[in-house]
Amino acid sequence: MFVYLAKRLLYTIPIVFSVALVCFMLVHLSPGDPLVSILPADASAQLEARLREQYGFDRPLPVQFWIWITNALGGDLGNSIANGRPVLSEVLNAVGNTLLLACAASILGFALGMFFGLVAGYFRDTWIDKLATSIAIAGVSVPHYWLGMVLVIIFSVQLNWLPAVGAGSGSWTWTWAHVQYLILPAVTMAVIPMGIVTRTVRALVGDILSNDFVDALRAKGLGERRVFAHVVKNAAPTAIAVMGLQLGYLLGGSILIETVFSWPGTGFLLNTAIFQRDLPLLQGTILVLALFFVFLNLAVDLLQAMIDPRIKRG
Amino acid sequence: MHFAFLPVEPLFKKRLTKLKGENKMHHKIKNARALLGGCCLLAMMTVQPGIAMAETVLRIGMTAADIPRTLGQPDQGFEGNRFTGLTMYDALTMWDLSSEDDASVVIPGLATEWSVNEDDTTTWTFTLREGVTFHDGSPFNADAVVWNVEKVMDEEALHYDASQVGVTASRMPTLTGATKIDDYTVELTTSQPDSFLPINLTNLFMASPAKWQEHFDAASGDDAAKASAAWDAFSRDASGTGPWVMDGFVPRERLELIRNEDYWNAERVPNVERLVLLPMPEANARTAALLSGQVDWIEAPAPDAVAQIESRGFTIYSNESPHVWPWQFSRIEGSPWNDLNVRKAANLCIDRDGMRDGLLAGLMAPATGSVEAGHPWRGDVTFEIGFDPDEGRRLMEESGFSADSRLAVKALTSASGSGQMQPLPMNEYIQQALADCYFDVQLEVLEWNTLFTNWRQGARDPGSLGAHSTNVTYATMDPFFALVRFLQSEMAPPVSNNWGYIDNPQFDELVARARETFDPAERDAALAELHAASVNEASFLYVAHDVSPRAMSAKVQNVIQPKSWFIDFSPITIEE
Repeated sequence: MFVYLAKRLLYTIPIVFSVALVCFMLVHLSPGDPLVSILPADASAQLEARLREQYGFDRPLPVQFWIWITNALGGDLGNSIANGRPVLSEVLNAVGNTLLLACAASILGFALGMFFGLVAGYFRDTWIDKLATSIAIAGVSVPHYWLGMVLVIIFSVQLNWLPAVGAGSGSWTWTWAHVQYLILPAVTMAVIPMGIVTRTVRALVGDILSNDFVDALRAKGLGERRVFAHVVKNAAPTAIAVMGLQLGYLLGGSILIETVFSWPGTGFLLNTAIFQRDLPLLQGTILVLALFFVFLNLAVDLLQAMIDPRIKRG
Repeated sequence: MHFAFLPVEPLFKKRLTKLKGENKMHHKIKNARALLGGCCLLAMMTVQPGIAMAETVLRIGMTAADIPRTLGQPDQGFEGNRFTGLTMYDALTMWDLSSEDDASVVIPGLATEWSVNEDDTTTWTFTLREGVTFHDGSPFNADAVVWNVEKVMDEEALHYDASQVGVTASRMPTLTGATKIDDYTVELTTSQPDSFLPINLTNLFMASPAKWQEHFDAASGDDAAKASAAWDAFSRDASGTGPWVMDGFVPRERLELIRNEDYWNAERVPNVERLVLLPMPEANARTAALLSGQVDWIEAPAPDAVAQIESRGFTIYSNESPHVWPWQFSRIEGSPWNDLNVRKAANLCIDRDGMRDGLLAGLMAPATGSVEAGHPWRGDVTFEIGFDPDEGRRLMEESGFSADSRLAVKALTSASGSGQMQPLPMNEYIQQALADCYFDVQLEVLEWNTLFTNWRQGARDPGSLGAHSTNVTYATMDPFFALVRFLQSEMAPPVSNNWGYIDNPQFDELVARARETFDPAERDAALAELHAASVNEASFLYVAHDVSPRAMSAKVQNVIQPKSWFIDFSPITIEE
């Protein structure tokens, strides 16, 4: 296991480097000017040249990349061009908010997905299966930004039960004053993973139930509850892998959901950085999210190996 | 939190006065009851401040995705100046925002008067207002003015901040430095004679040197690191001289300001006690926040939400803004817009009233120039822009075009962007309108920042894709930004925004005259002549002025929406 872990950690180095390089090239090669947020289009050519030099954008791209990546290795992702604040603190604040939202959405989405998937798989081809499958299809088909707006219209504008936007004032606390802001974006965000997990688990359960060992268990006289426990255990590794990927997507932040709800997470941050051409912020956010994704996948792989000893690693 | 002790004290006095002369024991009992009651009342008021001592709060949903910079020179255009500039800071000169009907003009701010040196018109003397203090208690004086000029002009200064230079220096392109004459007199110098300087200075906000120094002293590292850390700290704990004081700041989430009770202009001490600013870039989210009562005021509601907002008892405020939504013509060799008849025809073939009432739900004002009648720079315009397609077609036929021989033009635009209103539907409306006047318009849609960057590159740049016009909106508060940068030949790319390479000796002569005329009335007369000449030449396709719509709850009262990008929050009251 140690060798496997070390190997996987080593693999992350070229992956993160490649992500950083691709991200750097994409943001620099796309049209637009990185100084657009601090330099109006009516600024003089001399002023533009002066600022370009002061921000280092007059240097060759490989030099800019080298400076950025070496600083990043030292934990310095630079300062945002638009607001001057350190990128690292900006990203970590946003990651905290996205983590909160993603975890809430994951708990909701995975719990419902597991429930609907198990029920549908167990009662295959019955009306229960059809209902659960319909819910799953609706979950993966409905555009979640549209669903978010509809929920806002119903629960904020019409019923006035929940706030429409934001994350509440001050630092997050687990009180109604803050939790009420979490409900609508979390429900909206949970819909897609719920649908995907439902469909995955349904297929898994159906497949496992058709295996010979299930008949053997029943022949040995095990009750349906015990059989069910074996089915769940056999479905778990694949289900966890899917949930891990989904959690990774959620942690990446949903630009659309966070924008619709003005939720100050990584999606909202990326959206702002893209429109402001704030290159340090854009690069820093993408790098941190890529790291998240890589380490999350690693954690999922380790978890799978722990649950299912048949999976040999290393 | 402000506690309403004042009404309680007279209540006790009245009660105790009434008791005089009554039975002594009875007095004691009643006194005890009164005191007990008073104590209970006070206790209730302390425990439930929301009920008895509610602070008056105005919550605003901005269109910005982040809180505009708070360290003195805001980013995010004029929305930044509106919310984090003019609230917490003052400039030497300010805009008069007290009228809905008159054009907003420059008035004294932290400078009480100013004059240009008659022998050397590149030198100005400004007399400063005495008795003004920053929010941290330090005095505002000539040293503070010099310090604030240095922060964006002097690269050797310890507090020089490159991030503030772009949004400042570009708005006062000729300012070169400041010198202290005495505690309340400063001399400002310009690179060339420039009568626009007092107008430009509305953009230079005065931050507190003492507060910055405090942050600098608390920082660690070398001087450059300390200076950078000091500006970062200043942005979270800012200090200006404005009518609002920073009280809470969460980046990207909220800025809270409380009223400055000691503001130097007693007439502008805010009525509302707390102002909460929330970034909400998505128009539907802003509308939902307003309708659900989460905010009291939103900027720029979507036009298709106006009817719903009004039907629910909210109020829409709007007024003609110093803004133009144009097509800026290419005048390079081979451009079809080099023909005056063609330029005039396009201006006559658009039903601007129809666009306003049908497409934009009333949220625009038809443009017949860069500024409209009543503005000091309007001038004697002889080419009357209106909807006259017959005359438009006649002009086109005079230039050899007809239904069988149509003129193909290519127009750059964007799908969105700051100040762009509804660029795609508006351009499609124009495309249809011009089709009736023998034009075949091909729209070339660019991403907003690409279009904006191309504005400085000009019509000859390959990035313009051979287009004959571009569609970037502009503000007209300042003569340089309203007229000079587009009309003066030396402002052609890469110097500034004369995208189409207009080269008209008459315009150049009028620009020079306006810049070197220092009497404000005569300067305005010269600008009026320049503006009239540009409209008579149909220099742009003038389409619309934004009306800066904002929607608010009925409890927000005393709102004066001037003809400006800015608004004064001081007179506003909240009626529960």
